[in-house]
Amino acid sequence: MKVHNNKAWWLVLPVFLLVAFSAVVPMMTVVNYSVQDIFDSSSRFFVGVDWFKQVLRDSRLHDSLLRQFIYSGCVLLIEIPLGIAIALTMPTKGRWASACLIVMAIPLLIPWNVVGTIWQIFGRADIGLLGWTLNALGISYNYASNTTDAWVTVLVMDVWHWTSLVALLCYSGLRAIPDVYYQAARIDRASSWAVFRYIQLPKLKSVLLIAVMLRFMDSFMIYTEPFVLTGGGPGNATTFLSQTLTKMAVGQFDLGPAAAFSLVYFLIILLVSWLFYTAMTHSDKNS
Amino acid sequence: MLRKRVVLVLYILFLLVPIYWLVNMSFKSNTEILGSLTLWPSSFTLDNYRVIFTDPSWYQAYLNSLYYVSLNTLISLSVALPAAYAFSRYRFLGDKHLFFWLLTNRMAPPAVFLLPFFQLYSSIGLFDTHIAVALAHCLFNVPLAVWILEGFMSGVPKEIDETAYIDGYSFPKFFVKIFIPLIGSGIGVTAFFCFMFSWVELLLARTLTSVDAKPIVAVMTRTVSASGIDWGVLAAAGVLTILPGMLVIWFVRNHVAKGFALGRV
Repeated sequence: MKVHNNKAWWLVLPVFLLVAFSAVVPMMTVVNYSVQDIFDSSSRFFVGVDWFKQVLRDSRLHDSLLRQFIYSGCVLLIEIPLGIAIALTMPTKGRWASACLIVMAIPLLIPWNVVGTIWQIFGRADIGLLGWTLNALGISYNYASNTTDAWVTVLVMDVWHWTSLVALLCYSGLRAIPDVYYQAARIDRASSWAVFRYIQLPKLKSVLLIAVMLRFMDSFMIYTEPFVLTGGGPGNATTFLSQTLTKMAVGQFDLGPAAAFSLVYFLIILLVSWLFYTAMTHSDKNS
Repeated sequence: MLRKRVVLVLYILFLLVPIYWLVNMSFKSNTEILGSLTLWPSSFTLDNYRVIFTDPSWYQAYLNSLYYVSLNTLISLSVALPAAYAFSRYRFLGDKHLFFWLLTNRMAPPAVFLLPFFQLYSSIGLFDTHIAVALAHCLFNVPLAVWILEGFMSGVPKEIDETAYIDGYSFPKFFVKIFIPLIGSGIGVTAFFCFMFSWVELLLARTLTSVDAKPIVAVMTRTVSASGIDWGVLAAAGVLTILPGMLVIWFVRNHVAKGFALGRV
């Protein structure tokens, strides 16, 4: 049992101040912008919720929101099962296990714009191994001009970049299962599917929760990789929410709408993360 | 068993082939890159790397990145250590709300904070300094550090604390002399994650710097010039940004899986 002691606040105070400085102050600035129409520092008008109304009706935003949800959905549907499958195939101990861990962690350690660059170099039809090979096989492929190709390339890039995270999480979850469980299953002559379904999967629940949340949040905020690879194109095929927002705020300097949009964006992430969290912890209680 | 091996080998190939292509390209001249597709550099050259190591705007940017990343790791760890201890050992007014609030910062898209950060740091005169980027990255690294460290600390039995207090240790002495060595691997893993997330971030780092503290990832966009993209140098810079990550992961290789599970397995 933890001791009740309010003096512990002194220990969390530095974190509180630091995060308040770098989160609350900017957040308040955003809120401030979202309710004002600003021409310059001296002329600004209070406009109430007008920007929110405008943003919620903006068809550009609807489109990129839809694209974003489809994209994040695909990311989760591919990466979570694939990550579990990879974790199950990994060696359990020894030199090979460490080697696998290190190799699999490499994509996670590459700066995000370099990930974009790698796939740009790899996928280009003229100088890239992938693009060149596909075209040589008779499959017409050009991520810079064909929307489907661009979209699929961004998705494959994300799978390349982040599946390892899911696999590493699951790997550490699997290592935490005591051997007795497997021995009992062997005595019961359980099939390997049954072992997976009734022993491994339930034990993976807590790490899978972390994996789903992290992958959802990060794929929902994705900016750098598609920006470097496709620049959001061709057309708007790979323009996701962050990019729409940055275009609005930094490109066109529409501070009010951009701020209103920021708040809506943040709320969506909070809401969906909360839904995932309650859904997964709730099903835990039922079983 | 064999099928498992095949799946794993295929996956690892899938991970390595794009990287191989990047490394391959970094040793080629631009004429070779654009001229023909070769699986191996036919005329092996180090010129691309020479460009980076002789041009101060390149290697200075590399040092800038390393500097603010180390600074961020240091700040994140030193504030997160006591806080994580508080969360793992005590209940206090608003502890759950505070913890949740910290985590929500991990969910805030950096794009949202671009402009406010820019104005905040400009107004206090920190724009284009290393400390500005280091502080900005605390936004997502501090919550993460608290989260991971709390997981590791909860694994240390409480009896150790109590015994130490009975033996007459004061809190600071106990914390530094006994507790920190006990969670050494946790601290290593946390440092690794702070390093990693600060190193890979581009958007905030690029926005908060212009000349003096410009990070390598921002300089890389410079290879696009009027005469087209300098593919060779771009590839070489890419390879160089992968190296620090590979160095640090070597030190935490045995704990990294536990760290990815935020110390909770």
